[in-house]
Amino acid sequence: MDFVSFLIQVLNSLQYGLLLFLVASGLTLVFGIMGIINLAHGSFYMIGAYLAFALTSMTGNLMLSIALGIPLAFAFGALLEWALFSHLYKRDHLEQVLLTYGLILIFEELRSLAVGDEVHGVSIPALFSASIPLSDNLSYPVYRIVISVVCLALAGGLYFLIQRTRLGMMIRAGSHDRDMVKALGIDINLLYRTVFALGVALAALAGMLAAPISSVYPGMGSSVLIISFVIVVIGGVGSVWGALVAALVIGFADTFGKVLLPDLAGLMVYLVMALVLLWRPEGIFRKA
Amino acid sequence: MNSRTTTFFKLAVMAGVLAFPAFGSAFYAELIAKVMILAIFAMSLDLLVGFTGLVSFGHAAYFGIAAYAVALLTPKYDPANLWLALPASVLAAAAAAFVIGLFVLRTKGIYFIMVTLAFAQMAYYVFHDTPLGGGSDGIYLNFKPDAAIAGWAPFDLNEPRHLYYFVVAAMLFVYGLLKLVLRSPFGRVLVGIRSNEHRMLSLGYATFRYKLAAFTLAGGLAGLAGFLYAVLFGFVTPEYLSWHKSGDVLLMVILGGMGNLAGAIAGAVALVGLQEIFTGVTKHWQLLMGLTIVAAVLFMPGGMTATPARILARLNGGKSNV
Repeated sequence: MDFVSFLIQVLNSLQYGLLLFLVASGLTLVFGIMGIINLAHGSFYMIGAYLAFALTSMTGNLMLSIALGIPLAFAFGALLEWALFSHLYKRDHLEQVLLTYGLILIFEELRSLAVGDEVHGVSIPALFSASIPLSDNLSYPVYRIVISVVCLALAGGLYFLIQRTRLGMMIRAGSHDRDMVKALGIDINLLYRTVFALGVALAALAGMLAAPISSVYPGMGSSVLIISFVIVVIGGVGSVWGALVAALVIGFADTFGKVLLPDLAGLMVYLVMALVLLWRPEGIFRKA
Repeated sequence: MNSRTTTFFKLAVMAGVLAFPAFGSAFYAELIAKVMILAIFAMSLDLLVGFTGLVSFGHAAYFGIAAYAVALLTPKYDPANLWLALPASVLAAAAAAFVIGLFVLRTKGIYFIMVTLAFAQMAYYVFHDTPLGGGSDGIYLNFKPDAAIAGWAPFDLNEPRHLYYFVVAAMLFVYGLLKLVLRSPFGRVLVGIRSNEHRMLSLGYATFRYKLAAFTLAGGLAGLAGFLYAVLFGFVTPEYLSWHKSGDVLLMVILGGMGNLAGAIAGAVALVGLQEIFTGVTKHWQLLMGLTIVAAVLFMPGGMTATPARILARLNGGKSNV
């Protein structure tokens, strides 16, 4: 592999890893803080992608669609938390698994009823449709760099939100001791609703950003869901920082796996997970 | 229901199942065989989820591995020998469960759920991506295994009725075996691990070994189900190992009522029954299935086997204890 191809693979790994981080961060927050195992999280990614498709066919502009889509996804998350997930906090993990499994079926079929089962494309915004030439015959699309930058900015924003703001303080406290937070007069229900809606919005945003490069197709949520689980497991449940590191590890393992060991590409991610678990069964960044 | 009515009910169902091929149609006989195979699958998972407290979300891996094993062991133009292919498939599944168990049993709770899922996904890709498994199309099993022992054939699996009773025998075998296992000191330790693993450790039990043994046994029995499924339908695809399959079998266990072998069977009956009904209603039958699952979790805690008692308790004006 020459240097330019190597560079392209590195950029691809970063972009893929950072996108996965967006999905996995919501998953790990909802696990870590609310104690909910949510199998339907991949559906939010899919819903985001379809939202991007539906909104761009109306507005003709992906960036405007994303700006409209984020509050819609946030509201959808809040509604879902109110209607269903708020009943799950005291339930066994098993029942959470089951109920969210049922939700996947519902979301998939509603999607099928609403927009059919065809594969759709979403075009890259004209502003970012250029490519940067790297050598005589290789170039790198600007849009992928934009995705990476947006994801990095969001990772920074999330860090700031959790470590430096009052809401973040409540989130961290809520993950330790629900009853104590409640006793301090904080509206824990509102806090949970916000965290859940934030998780949904992050996953949907990832789906919207990915729509132009991965296209929009049925079942696209499930592969992302399983990879996100792997990331959460490697990073340590509840650790956003762990999710970022693990997502990048997975981004590199998957991208370079496909290039260097094409026969093992599908397995690569899981092999990494198995090795990490042999070393640390509770993930890399699991707090004691 | 008291235990005498329950026993009577079980015997009546069993008599119906045994007599069915004499009067029922071939289509429904195959459906019942399918339910019984899935019941074996669900009982094997219940050993983990219901009795040992290990929520595995990757149980389809062992089902699929055994199914692929029989497909790969069958020569292209000849049947495989049943008495070699059956144990070989079950052992392949049990061996996979043993190795995966060494990894996954190091984790607990939410990690265990996700890690079992991830390992099953790994197994899925082995068959989906490598030439070994025939890609996403899977492999056709052109010949059902041959039951001949040195030229003498006690039965012929190509005969639908023989296959049906073979499946009945397998289900009764698994039910009986698991009853025995659970009644044994080994089974008591498993139940002890579910209620308090630390206490079992302090009592001097090497709980990891017990869990690994349970995981391996459950994997092997799931393999038996996978073997029978492949033989009944004559083909295998990577979908046998997919996480949807793991979700379905978990659903059977929970719908039926965990920690109750009859519940696992009831769950298999309910799930296949609902599938049959819903697919008749609409192309989008999974929507109805999803709504049923959500409603069942919200309104039917404890599963089907706990529901009669709950309703009775409600009628008597008391509170149910489940």
